[in-house]
Amino acid sequence: MPSDPIQTAALAVERYGNHLSSLLAILRQLQQSHHYVPRPAMEKVAERLAVPLAEVEAVTEFYSFLHSFPQGRYEIYFSNCIIDDLQGRETLQRRLCERLKMAVGTTRADGLVSVAETSCTGLCDQGPAILVNGHAIGSLTGEKIDRIADLIEQQICVEDWPAKWFRIEDRFERRDLLLTAAWQSGKALKSALRRGPEYVLEALSDSGLRGRGGAGFPTAKKWRFCREAAGEHYIVCNADEGEPGTFKDRVLLRHHADQLLEGMTLAAFVTDARRGFIYLRAEYAFLRAELEAAMRQRRRQGLLGRNICGLMDFHFDIEIVMGAGAYICGEESALLDSIEGRRGQPRNRPPYPVTAGLWGQPTVVNNVESFIAASLIVLNGGAWFAGVGTEKSKGTKLLSIGGDCRWPGIYEVPFGMTVTEIMILCGAGETLGVQVGGPSGTFIGPGEYDRRIAFEDLGTGGSFMVFGKERDMLEIVRNFTDFFAHESCGFCTPCRVGTSILVHLLDKLRNGWGTAGDILELERLGRVVRQGSHCGLGHTAANPLLDTLERFPDRYQAPLQEIDFSPGFDLDGELETARRLTDRFSAADHLTQE
Amino acid sequence: MPHFTLDGRTIPFEPGQTLMEAAMAAGVYIPHLCYHPDFEPHGSCKLCSVEVNGRICSACTFPAAENQEVISASEEVRHLRLRLTQMLFVEGNHLCPSCEASGSCELQATGYYLGMTDGHFSHFFPRREIDASHPEVLLDRDRCIFCALCVRASRDEGKNVFALSGRGIHTRLVVNSPSGKLGDTDLEATDRAAHICPVGAILVRGTAFRAPIGERKYDHRTIAQVALEEERPLVGRQHGQAED
Ligand SMILES: Cc1cc2nc3c(=O)[nH]c(=O)nc-3n(C[C@H](O)[C@H](O)[C@H](O)COP(=O)(O)O)c2cc1C
Ligand code: SF4
Ligand code: SF4
Ligand code: FES
Repeated sequence: MPSDPIQTAALAVERYGNHLSSLLAILRQLQQSHHYVPRPAMEKVAERLAVPLAEVEAVTEFYSFLHSFPQGRYEIYFSNCIIDDLQGRETLQRRLCERLKMAVGTTRADGLVSVAETSCTGLCDQGPAILVNGHAIGSLTGEKIDRIADLIEQQICVEDWPAKWFRIEDRFERRDLLLTAAWQSGKALKSALRRGPEYVLEALSDSGLRGRGGAGFPTAKKWRFCREAAGEHYIVCNADEGEPGTFKDRVLLRHHADQLLEGMTLAAFVTDARRGFIYLRAEYAFLRAELEAAMRQRRRQGLLGRNICGLMDFHFDIEIVMGAGAYICGEESALLDSIEGRRGQPRNRPPYPVTAGLWGQPTVVNNVESFIAASLIVLNGGAWFAGVGTEKSKGTKLLSIGGDCRWPGIYEVPFGMTVTEIMILCGAGETLGVQVGGPSGTFIGPGEYDRRIAFEDLGTGGSFMVFGKERDMLEIVRNFTDFFAHESCGFCTPCRVGTSILVHLLDKLRNGWGTAGDILELERLGRVVRQGSHCGLGHTAANPLLDTLERFPDRYQAPLQEIDFSPGFDLDGELETARRLTDRFSAADHLTQE
Repeated sequence: MPHFTLDGRTIPFEPGQTLMEAAMAAGVYIPHLCYHPDFEPHGSCKLCSVEVNGRICSACTFPAAENQEVISASEEVRHLRLRLTQMLFVEGNHLCPSCEASGSCELQATGYYLGMTDGHFSHFFPRREIDASHPEVLLDRDRCIFCALCVRASRDEGKNVFALSGRGIHTRLVVNSPSGKLGDTDLEATDRAAHICPVGAILVRGTAFRAPIGERKYDHRTIAQVALEEERPLVGRQHGQAED
């Protein structure tokens, strides 16, 4: 890549195309080449794509991994998911910064390296983890950190770092229906072509398959609605997987890519779509090459591309679109905006994507696991799938289990399994509680472990985090709430401002300045954020707080002050600047707070 | 004509209308900051939150339908709107007594309307840049509430002078010029975008304090009265239907 940002911009526009939907790819290229998106490059891009410069700037500043100010030539992000935190993330991060003689969250003065935090990178079964120039490294230890610091100081290319560091392990701890089913490329598709779209829709309907991304909308209905809507149809696979503690799609994308691609092709057949997209989170860039290889393989086999299975009028191909670090882009309408080259901001609904999705056209958006289940259902029939699970939740669910248990990893379990049974499977000891479905899900304590994993009880996209008895609940809740505040798109008032205030109030409690009034305030504000927000992120942002307030009131009471009110700021701390300016550091220059 | 009920009242609507449009046409005020009948609804401030069949929705974007039971005047909804207004106040730096928009500011007037007596939350005291580079228009970001009205107005004028950048609590209003300064854009004081700001973030120079205290927009009329008198006549020719 050239060292002139304007030239990089021009080449990237040539490579990715001069339309708005290439914007994210172009900006990613600039970030990669120059470790930021220089303003002259933005101007060039704006000019070539014919979009306002301010919009290019706005998109750049929206995504966590794009910057309008220079980052280091080694861009390091520590995953600050609570599971990474419990495995000692903070100590390691401090250690790295001390070795590199720099402050956390900054770019070193010589421009060599920047160290920052990012939300869950989907490696909690092998944390603590970091990303270095987009490459993931897990299972960090103090020694590894020291070696990383040395490699950086010696300016060794990341590509030349020990290869084994970049090997991501995939641990299947329990396999069931989906993970054991026999598979042959193209077989489900050919059977569908023989029997027609109605057959596919009926098999899906008989199977009772509900979306695996969390919300659980019946897949058969989604495909049917889209099929019936007029327009150009699109198929989108949601491989954003941003919910902290979830990593099952990461493993599926690697080991079951062919089934995923076939599932998308089936959806294309049913809806008569010609183009499909896999929206892959930036954190999973290491999966991209393998996915592309799987796509090439299918094109060779005549299962993807033009004239699929030799049919004159069946053309369908898939592109990979890379995200750039934004949890909100997992929300389906934000994801569509992101593919279109905009900020990932949830749209107003109705209309829903099945009638007005990508570029306003009918679009199927499904989770990775949903497409894989669909292809196996077409192969084995709806009854095969519906024979497992519960009344309203058919089949199995992949769980990504992490935290305080002996065997973190992937577990495929039938719907209806109790939390107790799962705790035994993963080797959990005495626990404080588990967070089912990630921060946006439900936090339950040991008294409720007879509850079941199912849409009618504990719904989940796949995150299952175990917290040992000795863990600090307020730290957990603070981490989750801060995650939402950080990932809020900022569009609507309750989520943008409300989540930040929740974090301030939680900090006040953790600092020992909380009062009974603050607890009441947290509860009421939590409800305002839940009720008033625009999308699912805001609707669930207060879940960890409200769940634990209800179940563990004593954990909130313990650190309270015995007065009705105490200010939320540190009076003495506020005087620090004045003390420094006036060079006064005696005891008399400090205030004690009553 | 189809209809729904709003706080027990029957409100007729035309298919395609939002709850806000139908309510306005019927003479019912629903608080709003990011909505304006001349522009495509945005749905971000959430002041227009109402309860529709038990769920909270934004009246400005939610389509009206038969059999909807809409609640706007409950204590719960009022509390929600009050907290949202307070959030907007503490998020920026709103020093009303020294603001030239005081008295004609929609945020302030909404505060009065909802009975707001304090900020309730701790102030954020953000550091935001003032842009005084334009000879005719001043941009004081301290007061921006991210309603995107200026963004929409300027887009509709084909100038695209403004955009919202950043994300979360770091959201900020940016200006479309290489320098990022207002003075380097083609914004003119006569543009709609220079006058649409509901707060005192975009101010046309030389017009400050033209109306003396006591004679400003909301000094004698509530925001509900003003909205119904000034915006209601516009509802019939809302965005998208203007050319029909
Ligand atoms: C804030 C937010 C984040 C989400 N993240 C994801 C995600 O990473 N992956 C996913 O499949 N669905 C995610 N969803 C759900 C999607 O919006 C959508 O419901 C899902 O992709 C539909 O696919 P399914 O029917 O196969 O579950 C998210 C929703 C919200 C509100
Ligand atoms: S709820 Fe949060 S993430 Fe969703 S639109 Fe509002 S600000 Fe954005
Ligand atoms: S400057 Fe005014 S009109 Fe523009 S977004 Fe901010 S508050 Fe709204
Ligand atoms: S007026 Fe409806 S959300 Fe702002």
